[in-house]
Amino acid sequence: MNMQRLTLWVAATWNTIRSLATDDAYDKYLAHHAQAHAGSPPMSRRAFYLQQQQSKWTGVSRCC
Amino acid sequence: MIKTAFWILVALVGAFAVGGIALHRGETINAMWIVVAALCIYSLGYRFYSAWVAAKVLSVDATRATPALRLNNGRDFVPTHRWIVFGHHFAAIAGPGPLIGPTLAAQFGYLPGTLWILVGGVLGGCVQDMTILFLSTRRNGRSLGQMARDELGPVGGFAAMLGTLTIMIILIAVLGLVVVNAMKHSPWATSTVFATIPIAVLIGLYLRNIRPGRVLEGSLIGLALLLLAVVGGGWVDSHPTLRELFNLDGKPLAWFVIGYGFIAAVLPVWLLLAPRDYLSTFLKLGTVLLLALAVILMRPEIHMPAVTQFIDGSGPIFGGALFPFVFITIACGAISGFHALVSSGTTPKLIGNEADVRMIGYGSMMLESGVAVMAMIAATLLQPGVYFAINSAPGIVGVTAEAAVATISGWGFPVTVEQMQFLAKEMGESTLFARTGGAPSLAVGMASIFSSAFGESMLAIWYHFAIMFEAVFILTTLDAGTRVGRFMLQDALGHIWKPMGETSWYPSVLIASALVVAGWGYFLYIGVVDPNGGINILWPLFGIANQLLAGIALCVATGILIKQGKLRYCWVTAAPLAWLAIVTTAATWEKVVSSDPRVGFLAAADSLAAKLAAGALPEAQAAVAPQLIFNQRLDAVLAVLLSLILWVVIADMVRVSLRVVRGQPVPPNSEAPHVHINSIGPSKIGAEAA
Repeated sequence: MNMQRLTLWVAATWNTIRSLATDDAYDKYLAHHAQAHAGSPPMSRRAFYLQQQQSKWTGVSRCC
Repeated sequence: MIKTAFWILVALVGAFAVGGIALHRGETINAMWIVVAALCIYSLGYRFYSAWVAAKVLSVDATRATPALRLNNGRDFVPTHRWIVFGHHFAAIAGPGPLIGPTLAAQFGYLPGTLWILVGGVLGGCVQDMTILFLSTRRNGRSLGQMARDELGPVGGFAAMLGTLTIMIILIAVLGLVVVNAMKHSPWATSTVFATIPIAVLIGLYLRNIRPGRVLEGSLIGLALLLLAVVGGGWVDSHPTLRELFNLDGKPLAWFVIGYGFIAAVLPVWLLLAPRDYLSTFLKLGTVLLLALAVILMRPEIHMPAVTQFIDGSGPIFGGALFPFVFITIACGAISGFHALVSSGTTPKLIGNEADVRMIGYGSMMLESGVAVMAMIAATLLQPGVYFAINSAPGIVGVTAEAAVATISGWGFPVTVEQMQFLAKEMGESTLFARTGGAPSLAVGMASIFSSAFGESMLAIWYHFAIMFEAVFILTTLDAGTRVGRFMLQDALGHIWKPMGETSWYPSVLIASALVVAGWGYFLYIGVVDPNGGINILWPLFGIANQLLAGIALCVATGILIKQGKLRYCWVTAAPLAWLAIVTTAATWEKVVSSDPRVGFLAAADSLAAKLAAGALPEAQAAVAPQLIFNQRLDAVLAVLLSLILWVVIADMVRVSLRVVRGQPVPPNSEAPHVHINSIGPSKIGAEAA
């Protein structure tokens, strides 16, 4: 029982770290795409990464 | 009942700690007094003031669907867990500013800066960040400039644009100067900072070609390489030939930073900017955590007096009296207008529920303010004599080490040449005299506290780790800022000649980037050749520009509150606005009309011109004097321009508010219509965007 809770906790922490680092952005995009635009093929992982960087650095995203 | 008792206890402990740091007049005081005072003030501010502002003034509505829900497109509009948004938002707002400002303002003693950071943060900066974040969330994530245009009119919008562009130029110049001063004649720091560039490119290639988008892996590899670069810098420093290769004067380093800025701004983002930003974010979070831990573990003694004699304006680091200059010097950490740009950028598009705005907007700024408090602790735990020796320019205290220690000891802050030499040797530097800009003294402070907490023998490594850490995110800001300036310029030039407005047309990219780089490069270069250190000129200008931007943001917020019939609550943003208007105007006035050449730009220009005419300057100084004279006059014009922009926006806001009070027509409310959170089922999420 305790082991199980520990596993859950580790998994949750790992997911948070992945989210903070935007490692899971592509997975989220795929999930969204499958739901909202099921007919069309999704972007590749690389194309998504490049597009994500482009849009992030078009506005003010870092401060003094 | 228990809760009430708990908050009464927090208030009492807070009052006791603030009283302690304010009234203490002994030799030293423990840093824990400051830490406890800060924790209590932040807790009270968050628990009571931010809750009240969110509920009563902003009328946060947890049942109202946010743009992330309504416009979810899986890319920029994505409802995200509040702790994750908090992390992203904090990483975006926390830059080198809150580390440098308090370090410079420590010349007034630990007390004035600390009080301003705490009070300004809780009542000013946090409120600004939360309010702008909320207003932008209500408006589908519109930018500050767009909100100014929509809610106040074209004048406000144009002023916001001009203010943003100016602050970018000044900010980048001053940060560039900080990096140059940290690398000047330090082969270790220079080679380490240089090494960060190929490391970032390597990680960029990794994240694009080898393992696309695996940021955690890429960053961990990058961090390991950066640590290796710090150690490798020590090896370069001890190598007789390599050492000379990286032993550079200020001017070539300034040209390097200028060339670097241009190249970085035109390269694709994935190659250099994005990977370095990931590295700097991890470094920043890690170092801030480490610093907090070290302060709590070590509980260092503060050696700086509560208040020094320099509150009269005779300070060696920057000229000018306590009022208004402490409020200009510490912008980031107390209130920073720049945050309004981030709060109306990416963050509002991620917020899953309006109720999260309080924690993300107010909370992140509280944490940033806490970083500023730690920077203040790191600066003031040094012996004051050492602190002044590192941070004072040779034009003020004397060119030779003997002259500098004599001047500084004469102020009542004893320091010896041997002490400075010993310290420099321990830090792996050839000298620590006149290393202005704040980065070296912060690095000395951080190194001494880190090494006492986590390893006594590694002072030099810790010192250069701290320099690398500051340089990495200064370079990120420099590169990202140049890019933003370039987009704004392209947008403006596009109105004159259409093709210039195309952000991906290469001639336009090159021309606009070159213009922005030339803008900040000019101020950076002049700052490097100025024998008084340049920081003395540029940092106050940066502070004025940053407070101007905060003023514009607070004008937009106040105008909107009044338009929404909340006149009786408008003081929440109007009071910090009034304070900023007083402070920036007073500072501009001093910087322009003061007859003290250390404070007034025009007085400095006249005094230098007189010396030049009389032939009283040494040859080297006479050669650059005409440039310096021109620059001081230009700075005066710039300061006046900045203040004028602020007053124009204030006048515009008052005009709109008066029309509201008189019942005359005003620009309509630009809020997106209310959609109930329940009307967006899981199947409908993103339907609007599709």
